[in-house]
Amino acid sequence: MAQVSEQTALMLAVRDRRDKAAFSRLFDHFAPRLKAVIMRSGTGSGQAEEIVQEVMLTVWRKADQFDPERAQVSAWVYQIARNRQIDVLRKESRPVPEALKHETENEPDATRMLAVEQEAGHLRQALEALSPDQRVVIEKAYFGEMTHQDIHDDTGLPLGTIKSRIRLGLERLRHELKGLRAE
Amino acid sequence: MKGIEHHIPERLLIAYAAGTLPKGFSLVVAAHVSMCDTCRAALEAHYAMGGALLEKEGKAAVSDEIKTDLMARLDEPAPEEPVFGRDGPYPGPVMAAMKGRAPRWRSLGAGVKQSILSADETGSVRLLSIPAGQAVPDHGHSGLELTMVLQGAFADETGTFGVGDVEVADEELEHTPTAAPGDTCICLAATDAPLRFSGFLPRVLQPFFGI
Repeated sequence: MAQVSEQTALMLAVRDRRDKAAFSRLFDHFAPRLKAVIMRSGTGSGQAEEIVQEVMLTVWRKADQFDPERAQVSAWVYQIARNRQIDVLRKESRPVPEALKHETENEPDATRMLAVEQEAGHLRQALEALSPDQRVVIEKAYFGEMTHQDIHDDTGLPLGTIKSRIRLGLERLRHELKGLRAE
Repeated sequence: MKGIEHHIPERLLIAYAAGTLPKGFSLVVAAHVSMCDTCRAALEAHYAMGGALLEKEGKAAVSDEIKTDLMARLDEPAPEEPVFGRDGPYPGPVMAAMKGRAPRWRSLGAGVKQSILSADETGSVRLLSIPAGQAVPDHGHSGLELTMVLQGAFADETGTFGVGDVEVADEELEHTPTAAPGDTCICLAATDAPLRFSGFLPRVLQPFFGI
């Protein structure tokens, strides 16, 4: 298999071999970052840790849903974190789309996995190119500090270059999803 | 059947991804994404963005007990979570909101029916059933309203909406949605404010019907 990132390799070990040592390393990487994000919206340290624990437990339990041909580990962990944070804080589960079936038995396609990682790299570069002010606005939007007004009116989000980065990834994702539908 | 033409606006997809979207709107997004690969791809791209930001986030020290405790819990059996799939015109997330049961319709008169799925201070989400050819009373909006077609079609001053399409209406839109000929039109409608009808009588009835 071609070179995939360390995180993807760890996550695949968790998914396919239920590898606890690999999971422990993923915890060490993500838990402190997740805690920092969760505390941004005013959650105290103790409750933030409880949520981190729930998020990482979900990562372990739902590992079979991780599809490296569609998402990077960080994107998948972010998705779970936003869901779990809402579930815990609002004490209700938020509506989620129907899951698409994917075949874990097949050997993962390394080319597609690498394409996903390449895009993530481009996205990080686009983020680094933002001014600090722009970066703050984007972080607020994606870390759940969006205001009611932002939801009604998107003029405030400086998404320019980010949008074009995201769009470039869409064509590939759409193609990927079409393949899943056909199966 | 023509494809989906009216999609979820990007700002709402981002708010959904980030978890800031009120529950009713989230249900419309989840229902639409269940049927629309374009928006599913866009949503996954926003998750990728969130992931990239997460990687760049500073670290807050996590206490050792949290990890020890978690590692000890890995072998616990996971609780069974019911999974709801599509049933007839209702996508999985709508079935989940109804806990797997059929909608409980209440008549609004003139053959129009509604089934309220949830309503609280953040807004409401309901199903509407409108007989073919029937107009919904002319109404404006004091907030944001998302209407997704689950069966049949409707048309108003802004265009035609078929299965899977989402109409986004705000304060500026005074419209008269009319169900197209053919199947009864069933819609999923979410708003973050009470609807106000332009006519006198419907306004009086509004609290009574809970709309």
